[in-house]
Amino acid sequence: MLEVKNIRKSFGSLEVLRDVSLEVDKGDVVAILGPSGSGKTTLLRCMNFLEQADSGELVFDGEHFSFGHVSKRDMHRLRKKTAFVFQNYNLFRNKTALENVTEGLILGRKIPKAQAVTIARQALEKVGLSDREGHYPDQLSGGQQQRVAIARAIATEPEIIYFDEPTSALDPELTGEVLGVMRQLAREGMTMLVVTHELAFARGASNKVIFMEQGAVVEAGDAPSFFRQPRLARTRAFLQTLDPA
Amino acid sequence: MLLDVTLSLLEGFGTTLELFLLTLLFAMPLGLVISFGSMSRFAPLRWLVQTVVWVVRGSPLLLQVLIIFYGPGLLFGLPLLPRFWAALLAFVINYACYFSEIYRGGIQSVSRGQYEAGQVLGMTKGQIFFKVVLLQVIKRIIPPMGNEWITLVKDTALVRVISVYEIIWMGESYIKKGLIWPLFYTMVFYLLFNGLLTIFFGWLEKKLDYFK
Repeated sequence: MLEVKNIRKSFGSLEVLRDVSLEVDKGDVVAILGPSGSGKTTLLRCMNFLEQADSGELVFDGEHFSFGHVSKRDMHRLRKKTAFVFQNYNLFRNKTALENVTEGLILGRKIPKAQAVTIARQALEKVGLSDREGHYPDQLSGGQQQRVAIARAIATEPEIIYFDEPTSALDPELTGEVLGVMRQLAREGMTMLVVTHELAFARGASNKVIFMEQGAVVEAGDAPSFFRQPRLARTRAFLQTLDPA
Repeated sequence: MLLDVTLSLLEGFGTTLELFLLTLLFAMPLGLVISFGSMSRFAPLRWLVQTVVWVVRGSPLLLQVLIIFYGPGLLFGLPLLPRFWAALLAFVINYACYFSEIYRGGIQSVSRGQYEAGQVLGMTKGQIFFKVVLLQVIKRIIPPMGNEWITLVKDTALVRVISVYEIIWMGESYIKKGLIWPLFYTMVFYLLFNGLLTIFFGWLEKKLDYFK
């Protein structure tokens, strides 16, 4: 369904992505692991054009796009097929939970308001926040805000959702409710690409794992074998530091 | 006597108010345009705008009023602008520059994530600015904007330098008759009006208290 080929990105003289390639099939839940500064977040941001990569190719539903020069129209078209969940939620501060979900439907996808509200209510129900639809972001806990952000993402019916460290800004006791929603999405067959430090989530919910370091994919494979028997010593060491048991 | 003074001060305050309102009417939108210029990604435009803002904010408004009134005539032999319009022009340019910096501060204080969230939802730049960012900017600029409006009310007294008959000019004319209280009386007008503005801005701040 989606393929990234040889993506490269530098910030000045710093090479952040060096020739990274990956493949996602429909229904995959791909966990991207790696130490901070390894380029995971940049990879995700480049895939949705929040950063412009220097070169490389994106294949989406059989269509080819060049990262180096993608037209505004193509960018817009691709973004409509995807959704993005940010580390800091990035809910619109001056909109209620419900409006946060409807805004993208009404403005980005030209869905009539009444219909958008119906879809948004369903999405909020799915993340367990029906009773919070009139709340503004600052009246919600971090975990609730992130769940609204997930509702905002699923309401657009994307083919894939990119998660950028969705629980990293949360207190430990709040990560559970967000991961719970993500597990449920995974069970329902949503295609997801998740940058995360949550080993338990990656182990339990993902079917593919990509391990990155210094802007390159070091090891990639099926989740069960990756966790049972990582091939490289470096990968083993990394897993050990996250999960010293 | 009191009625006499009151009427003449009211007349002067009319001019003051007119200058105040017209300055806001033109300087508020012009300031927004200038702020976009000072944030432009096109460096020459940015430098030009920043230089103009520096000159206008860096020199006295009094001087700018004098230059705009007398300058065109003495430099190029052009006819003088009507006094009030010359004063208004100077005020609009001056205040637009101050406003532009307030807008810039407000716009830049909205986190990049707000724009990015709009982008990934397929919203256009204009939609993001008007539907999401603008109200957040307005909320943040209310306190400094209140300051500027109150300063503007008092700055209008400067236009007497080119003989625009605002309220203090009117009050001062009674000194020749040996009366000082009309000058104190002018202060009442300023205090009352600025009191109203303070209440208005307080109300506005409360209105936008529903989000952070």
